[in-house]
Amino acid sequence: MPVMEYIDAIRLAMKEEMERDERVFVLGEDVGLKGGVFTTTKGLQEQFGEDRVMDTPLSESAIAGVAIGAAMYGMRPIAEMQYSDFMLPATNQIISEAAKIRYRSNNDWSCPVVVRAPIGGGIFGGLYHSQCPESIFFGTPGLKIVAPYSAYDAKGLLKAAIRDEDPVLFFENKKCYKLIKEDVPEDDYIVPIGKANLLREGDDITVIGYSLPLHFAMQAAEELEAEQGITSHILDLRTIQPLDREAIIAAARRTGKVLIVHEDNKTGGVGGEVAAMIAEECLFELDAPIKRLCGPDVPAMPISPPMEKFFMLSKDKLKEAMLELALY
Amino acid sequence: MNAKSALEQRPKHEQLGLSDLKAVEMYKYMLLARKYDERMLLLQRAGKINFHVSGIGQEVAQVASAFALDREQDYFLPYYRDYGFVLSVGMTLKELFLCAFAKAEDPNSGGRQMPGHFGSKKLRIVTGSSPVTTQVPHAVGVALAAKMQKKDIVSFVTFGEGSSNQGDFHEGSNFAGVHKLPVIIMCENNQYAISVPIHKQLAGKVSDRALGYGFPGIRVDGNDALEVYRAVKEARERAVRGEGPTLIEAMMYRLSPHSTSDNDLAYRTKEEVEEYRKKDGIPKFKQYLIDCGLWSEEQEEAYVKEVSDQLKEAIDYADRAPFPKPEDTLLHVYADEREE
Repeated sequence: MPVMEYIDAIRLAMKEEMERDERVFVLGEDVGLKGGVFTTTKGLQEQFGEDRVMDTPLSESAIAGVAIGAAMYGMRPIAEMQYSDFMLPATNQIISEAAKIRYRSNNDWSCPVVVRAPIGGGIFGGLYHSQCPESIFFGTPGLKIVAPYSAYDAKGLLKAAIRDEDPVLFFENKKCYKLIKEDVPEDDYIVPIGKANLLREGDDITVIGYSLPLHFAMQAAEELEAEQGITSHILDLRTIQPLDREAIIAAARRTGKVLIVHEDNKTGGVGGEVAAMIAEECLFELDAPIKRLCGPDVPAMPISPPMEKFFMLSKDKLKEAMLELALY
Repeated sequence: MNAKSALEQRPKHEQLGLSDLKAVEMYKYMLLARKYDERMLLLQRAGKINFHVSGIGQEVAQVASAFALDREQDYFLPYYRDYGFVLSVGMTLKELFLCAFAKAEDPNSGGRQMPGHFGSKKLRIVTGSSPVTTQVPHAVGVALAAKMQKKDIVSFVTFGEGSSNQGDFHEGSNFAGVHKLPVIIMCENNQYAISVPIHKQLAGKVSDRALGYGFPGIRVDGNDALEVYRAVKEARERAVRGEGPTLIEAMMYRLSPHSTSDNDLAYRTKEEVEEYRKKDGIPKFKQYLIDCGLWSEEQEEAYVKEVSDQLKEAIDYADRAPFPKPEDTLLHVYADEREE
């Protein structure tokens, strides 16, 4: 099984799906000859031609809207937003259109589109190349939202998203692109949308999250176990809409102490909904108040290194929060 | 020389390739749409339905453009006043009333959307929403997909002149121009965006905007059925030849208030409306057909009676048809939903 980077896994998923199904095509800014500003689509135009790996005008609402039109016709478009920070001009197309097409047509029309967008900071991207916009779309029924943590999941979830009959927002973490390297099968597999994944079993505390911060949680968990014998139960949501309610409740019950983590800012984030689900279903089985460790409630991440470091989550921040909860 | 003058004496519809039968059929659809619309206003006033957004004054261009398309294969993205258009491409009165009464059997949305929000996969009418102009990029996407699949079809999209100021008009048009896509983009310029008149919406012509996107922009009298037919037909021919999009600005006047919730005399005068009523394209086209010997007052009377019966039958059916089940509110969020 080859070792590959998270970004290679995303590219491989697109390549395999384009080979499998000629209705699949990619459109976006710089995705063609250049292969994307991060090289996510590198080599795809060479293999599949300009029509299926299409450089578009700099025009996010058109990228989303044209993809939606093509999807309604019967194609399987993958629309790339260069940075999730720049996808807001497409929000009307995503929320007013893609999310509501099946519902408003009483199941007559559908919109099987994938919108890929890189999220997250830690790359000195400043306010507008670092954001996590999940909460803008979260809570919009009709959309599915995935945010892979591992290279394995990135490939499997993207393939599932492309085959899905409904619109899927695929939030890939740009810090993970090169940071995460692991075994990824070259054969055809999917990771089902809507299913969370248990990353680590433990009995003292539960950590629930998605995307990059879970890597910090895994490192912290290893140290806490080695140093103090504290064991952590870590659940990767993988799909943040619809949330895997059953897995969330089971993970919360397992230890009775829950820490929810994400890089998106705390207020109005996915974590609030996860906490509410736990409170609704198993409040009296908890041994500590539900905790959240998230990005601060500031408009976005500053570029200056100490400020960026202050904003970002890290192994040390996770370790401190996890220890505090374990000792509660 | 003789042949040429003989050609010029042929009636205009024939010169444009429209048979007598088709010309008369066009007129019938215009009148049908007008009668439907007038009845909807009455039904709303009578409290039978909650809301109507009218297309009165716009039917001529709607019907004429539909007849210039391939009504068996092309894709349509109409906007909320296009009753004449959707009737012409196959939606029935019964279906429109089922929509107006928000009944379960409504093919547009199963009683979910306001009247005028069309959609029918069978008729290739792409489902639409209320935020204006979002359908322009969709039409471009349909055209892109059709081109990728090497189908000789076009997509046809309409919207108002107010909508032509939305980013999606510009983003979609530019995309279509760059990729030379088979899409016809038609603005139904009815001179009002709710209460705001054209001179507060536009400093230039909508049709001139095509220049910036690298394809032809044509302004046409929307009350002249045959000129609209010609413009759309030529645009379609260009599209299937691979020459790309066309923007058509059809000039008309919204004779009704914006909707049944609007009092238009708060922002325009009765005199202005009456002035434009004289330019209504439906009586003009009727006169043309009479002059050609294709129509008569007797035929008109008989047809109006026929439409009146059809309206009654369709309204009775829709009125009696069941509403959706309340809990059906929960259906069709996703394809893979399970019964809970």
